[in-house]
Amino acid sequence: MATASHADVTRRDFLYIATGAVGAVGAALTAWPFISQMNPDASVKALASIEFDLAPLAEGQEVTIKWRGNPVIIRHRGAKEIELAKSVAVSDLKDPVARNANVKDGDPATDENRVIKGHEQFLIMMGVCTHLGCVPQGDNPAKEYAVVEGSLKVGGWFCPCHGSHYDTAGRIRKGPAPENLHVPEYSYLSDTKVKIG
Amino acid sequence: MAGHTKYTPTTAFGKWMHERLPIYAMVQEAALDFPAPKNLNYWWTFGGILSMMLVIQIITGIVLVMHYTPHTSMAFDSVEHIMRDVNYGWLLRYMHANGASMFFIAVYIHMFRGMYYGSYKAPREVLWMIGVVIYLIMMATAFMGYVLPWGQMSFWGAKVITNLFSAIPLFGDAITTWLWGGYSVDNPTLNRFFSLHYLLPFVLAAVVGLHVWALHVPGNNNPTGVEIKSGQDSIPFHPYYSMKDLFAIAVFLMFFAAWLFFGPNYLGHAINYEPANPLVTPAHIVPEWYYLPFYAILRAIPSKLGGVIAMFGSILILFALPWLDTSKVRSGNYRPIFKGFFWIFAIVCVALGYLGSKPADGIYVLWARILTAYYFAHFIIILPLLGLIETPKPLPASISDDVLAKSKAKLAPAE
Ligand code: HEM
Ligand code: FES
Repeated sequence: MATASHADVTRRDFLYIATGAVGAVGAALTAWPFISQMNPDASVKALASIEFDLAPLAEGQEVTIKWRGNPVIIRHRGAKEIELAKSVAVSDLKDPVARNANVKDGDPATDENRVIKGHEQFLIMMGVCTHLGCVPQGDNPAKEYAVVEGSLKVGGWFCPCHGSHYDTAGRIRKGPAPENLHVPEYSYLSDTKVKIG
Repeated sequence: MAGHTKYTPTTAFGKWMHERLPIYAMVQEAALDFPAPKNLNYWWTFGGILSMMLVIQIITGIVLVMHYTPHTSMAFDSVEHIMRDVNYGWLLRYMHANGASMFFIAVYIHMFRGMYYGSYKAPREVLWMIGVVIYLIMMATAFMGYVLPWGQMSFWGAKVITNLFSAIPLFGDAITTWLWGGYSVDNPTLNRFFSLHYLLPFVLAAVVGLHVWALHVPGNNNPTGVEIKSGQDSIPFHPYYSMKDLFAIAVFLMFFAAWLFFGPNYLGHAINYEPANPLVTPAHIVPEWYYLPFYAILRAIPSKLGGVIAMFGSILILFALPWLDTSKVRSGNYRPIFKGFFWIFAIVCVALGYLGSKPADGIYVLWARILTAYYFAHFIIILPLLGLIETPKPLPASISDDVLAKSKAKLAPAE
């Protein structure tokens, strides 16, 4: 038996498989440039950071600016909005993680962890719904939606695409979106100037 | 009578050619003399209609490309240029845009025809599955085409649909970035969609070739679901069905022309005449009508990954249909209970389409959930069970018997 099965595996079989393996690796290596060319190119990656002056932004005002092709929401929050966000227990949140590139991964989604300390009034986050990427609308003049059922019908953001509700800290409270609105990497260059990216 | 007649060249040139490239023999055997059941009704003409629509899309598409510019800064203007400046540009573009809708109307009728008459059952499983592949490629092609005019709906449709892939665990974000060639839908995305939108219809043409090949092995199904048993049951495709198909094509073209000339924008969205703006999402983003049932299913599930799985699952389940339907009887005409469920299913699909066009709120979501559940139940509960409990009506001994019995009944005086 042993000798018979030994005889079954010939030098030729080995060469056959070895050649096939080299061919497969070669094919995979050749395929890579064709796949990789679709990833962001150097010119796209070069649009790394932008600066923004917060001084003209009065309390209750909000702007949307473009960074790397995506909207970034910058809101000067009022005391009431901040209070509203602070009053929510993290355990009540759909996504308890801060999703803030400026704090440690996995930190809880408290209001403090959504902003930068000392600048709590400025909420800066991606205007990209974590469901399928629409721009959530703030300041809905009709105020016809509830951020959380039963709560005040004010503040927060509503995504028109499939009805995700975000609270005044940009945290997902209702609807299909799985995560809080992401906070991009940013820093304060001075008290009124931020650099995003 | 019909049957595979062997082609014998009669002219000297025909003989010379036949020995080198027997193309006429192939055409004669596969198309002209192909034996088809003699009882095919008009629901069987949609295959021909679909082939014509593919040709129309390719021809109008190629001439649109002569005037279109695939760049975010010029795409929208170039489409307006087609509409206003190019000779007959408005007609060509409306043909292409409405042609996509007609293509889908035809494919849906074609698919429901297959479902009603059990055309997916052995030995036509592969034929059916190739059909599902065609449908998937059509959806991908139309999706990428819709992005090209770079209007608001183009942009946001592209963003939402490509974001579906971000639901994939672990690799989701890497995959969307790769699809976009950036951090959002932008110029690289438009360029690659243009490239693929040009390519896929030709892939489609090749897959249609496979579809027809797979059709010619078992031959056509027919309204009785009983296979051809003798020459009595069949007639040659040409001229019988070539003429019937042509007549149906003419009627379908009138229907197409009615949309084209009297409501060219009816099936579209006015907001797509506004240039794409990455900072503002329109209040109601709605896909083209042909995606609506799946959009409703996507939104019915209150979880992102779950919604995406349900949406893709609702299409992919069609691949399993030949094995989910346990009944040996093909045609719905002989399955009294199935017939009812078939129509309920058809209505559910239309209703899901309606819900997909409505905002994802309150009662609409509730209904979308109920109907989504029913959609899947049709495939994984109703069809498997029906085959076991239903007593089918007696089948005719042959196609011929059925045809004769029907004409006799017609001739008999009314009771
Ligand atoms: C399966 C066949 C095809 C389908 C279903 C299809 C579908 C579509 C759709 C839905 C649009 C958007 C129409 C609009 O709202 O303006 C479109 C646009 C376009 N397609 Fe196609 N298409 C097909 C084949 C082709 C081919 C073969 C080409 C080129 C060779 C082509 C070139 C274009 C161009 C240049 C546009 C942009 C101009 C416009 O928006 O009217 N298409 N296509
Ligand atoms: S994209 Fe915001 S809810 Fe779907």
